[in-house]
Amino acid sequence: MTATVVREDQTVSGGARVSAALWRRAWLRATLTLSPPLAWFLVIYLASLLVMLVTAFWSVNPFTNSLVHSWTLANFQQIFTPTYLTIIARTVIMAAVVTVTDAVLALPFAYFMARVATPRGRQALFIAVLLPLWASYLARVYAWIVILQKGGTLSWTLSKLGLGTVNIGYTNIAMWIVFSYIWLPFMIVPIYGALERIPDSLLEASGDLGARNWRTLRSVVLPLALPGVVAGSIFTFSLTLGDFITPILVGGANSSFIGNVIYSNIGTAGNLPFAAALAVVPIVIMIFYLTGARAAGAFEAM
Amino acid sequence: MKVWARGGALLAAASAAVLVAACGSSGGGGTASSGSGSGSGTSGLTAPQANTAVPTSVGKGEGQLNLIAWEGYAQPQWVKPFEQSTGCQVSAKYAGSSSEMVSLMANGGGGQYDMVSASGDADLRLIYSGDVKPININLVPQWKNFHPFLQNPPFNTIGGKHYGVSYEFGPNVLLYSKKAFPSAPTSWSVLYNKKYAGEVTVPNNPIQIADAALYLSKTQPGLGIGDPYELTQPQFNATVNLLKQQKPLIKKYWDLASQEISLFQSGTTVVGAAWPYQTNTLVAAGAKVGDTIPAQGATGWADTWMLATKAPHPNCAYKWMQWATTPKVQAQQAVFFGETPANKLACPIMDQLSKGACAAYHANAPEAYFQTLKFWKTPLAQCGNGKNDCVPFQQWVTAWTQITG
Repeated sequence: MTATVVREDQTVSGGARVSAALWRRAWLRATLTLSPPLAWFLVIYLASLLVMLVTAFWSVNPFTNSLVHSWTLANFQQIFTPTYLTIIARTVIMAAVVTVTDAVLALPFAYFMARVATPRGRQALFIAVLLPLWASYLARVYAWIVILQKGGTLSWTLSKLGLGTVNIGYTNIAMWIVFSYIWLPFMIVPIYGALERIPDSLLEASGDLGARNWRTLRSVVLPLALPGVVAGSIFTFSLTLGDFITPILVGGANSSFIGNVIYSNIGTAGNLPFAAALAVVPIVIMIFYLTGARAAGAFEAM
Repeated sequence: MKVWARGGALLAAASAAVLVAACGSSGGGGTASSGSGSGSGTSGLTAPQANTAVPTSVGKGEGQLNLIAWEGYAQPQWVKPFEQSTGCQVSAKYAGSSSEMVSLMANGGGGQYDMVSASGDADLRLIYSGDVKPININLVPQWKNFHPFLQNPPFNTIGGKHYGVSYEFGPNVLLYSKKAFPSAPTSWSVLYNKKYAGEVTVPNNPIQIADAALYLSKTQPGLGIGDPYELTQPQFNATVNLLKQQKPLIKKYWDLASQEISLFQSGTTVVGAAWPYQTNTLVAAGAKVGDTIPAQGATGWADTWMLATKAPHPNCAYKWMQWATTPKVQAQQAVFFGETPANKLACPIMDQLSKGACAAYHANAPEAYFQTLKFWKTPLAQCGNGKNDCVPFQQWVTAWTQITG
């Protein structure tokens, strides 16, 4: 018995010594806690990006598909030809239009959730917003194909109402609708967060100073919601910018995105260097976008 | 079977990777440094493995067989009995495209892979880069029962050497709605006819350029196009021009067979280029469609089981070639995948498996029917005439992006 007790004592004192050492040296504590995630971040994330960047300066033997390790700028020069500039412009414009659409839809919705709805109703709305995220992305996109295609649900409903038929399946309009739908929750949640944080006292003060509802909304609520809008726009913009599945599934003959060209260069063409060069484009666009978003104070609302 | 994608293991990729920007990164190290030899790779074409000795008998199996295959080419129905009878355990790696197959087979299969079910557009790339080696066709007894045109086809047999054994094939047919066409169209011209603007669909695949070239070879003889896969620059430009004019008529360039099926089911498109699989699926679902091979003929694909230069399990590979060419496996594969077997004896078994399958997939068609098919092969800079003035495949890919982008 005594022997066991003594041994336990030793173990405890050993552990205590380690924890005491850690307590005394904060830098050691931080290093030990942070180094695994930091190593993960450096090796997996940054190193793979670096490898991609390097690949972008290589070329590929057109015949055997093997990489040729000689430096060239040809891949980047090729991006600046009308074909690829059109595709890049199409992607960026679609991402911008989807972002604006989602902001317009999300603002009143989030306002209602944050400031009008009862706590119970707020909970129900939250579930309603997040519920679609539980379903697979593909299932939701396929549902829209059924709705939008020729003779689909939308066209059928309109014709029953005597409003004629529409045939917008497999067009950029279809893509715009699907993207706006799919990314809407990513806009609502940050705006809700921003609106919820507005203290009631500010609104009361605005009222006391004689501002009517509209004036309060314009001069108090909207400016305070803006960081939330910008934070949400980072999601909607970057998610649209990087997507290649929706263009394949609901896009038409003029719907190729940057992602589709990257995909076909990896898959069909086996031209990894050009795909890597093209993948730099959304990264550069996002760097500009995030710099702008930071200036708008978006990161405080996230 | 629901999602059947020769063009890509797309859905798998789709559900896994939404972050496109990160996509290009990871493959960097994988395909590197396989000693790419001469710069363009196409000048002075000789098959590096042409003189490799072939075995004269098949020895005892090594207990393992590693395949690179199209999805659906290593199904338990015919893999399980093979494993039981030979003791060769099969592990299959599915590739999403011909280029992925070529990349995986780099450096002779890397001592890892034994065989690849390559399509005609990849075959010559594999042969001329030395990644596959000749086989002794006499060790595959069912080979003599093949359709004659698949015994020594130019895409897998060079100078009398067989770089693998043919497996299955299919034509690229003209699919049409019977509402829009009471009688079958007799020319591919319907795909270029403004009358059907917005109601046309064709595959999203650079090799589709060959379809347009085949059409031009008959309608504009002045261009002098002989082989639709061997195009000089002027011929290539004329073909790309035709496809650019066609673009406004296209509703969608389809990536998945299932997309074309739903396009025709909903009546969105009325005419398009397709595989027999789509026709048969649509007809089975009650859609009023038909398919035809127009007067100009058609392109087609044909797959070959090829043997990796550094195959670690050659005996199991030969056993697989023997097994995969038997009438029963040929029929199972054909019915499962929706294609035509190389072995003529598979026809009655196809009908047993699925009534009318043999005729539906033209497995019993006369030889003249197959002669109308121009099978996929890799476009090379070196034309059949020994000159180096043809447009190679990578330019086909670039041009295709310009057409469809």
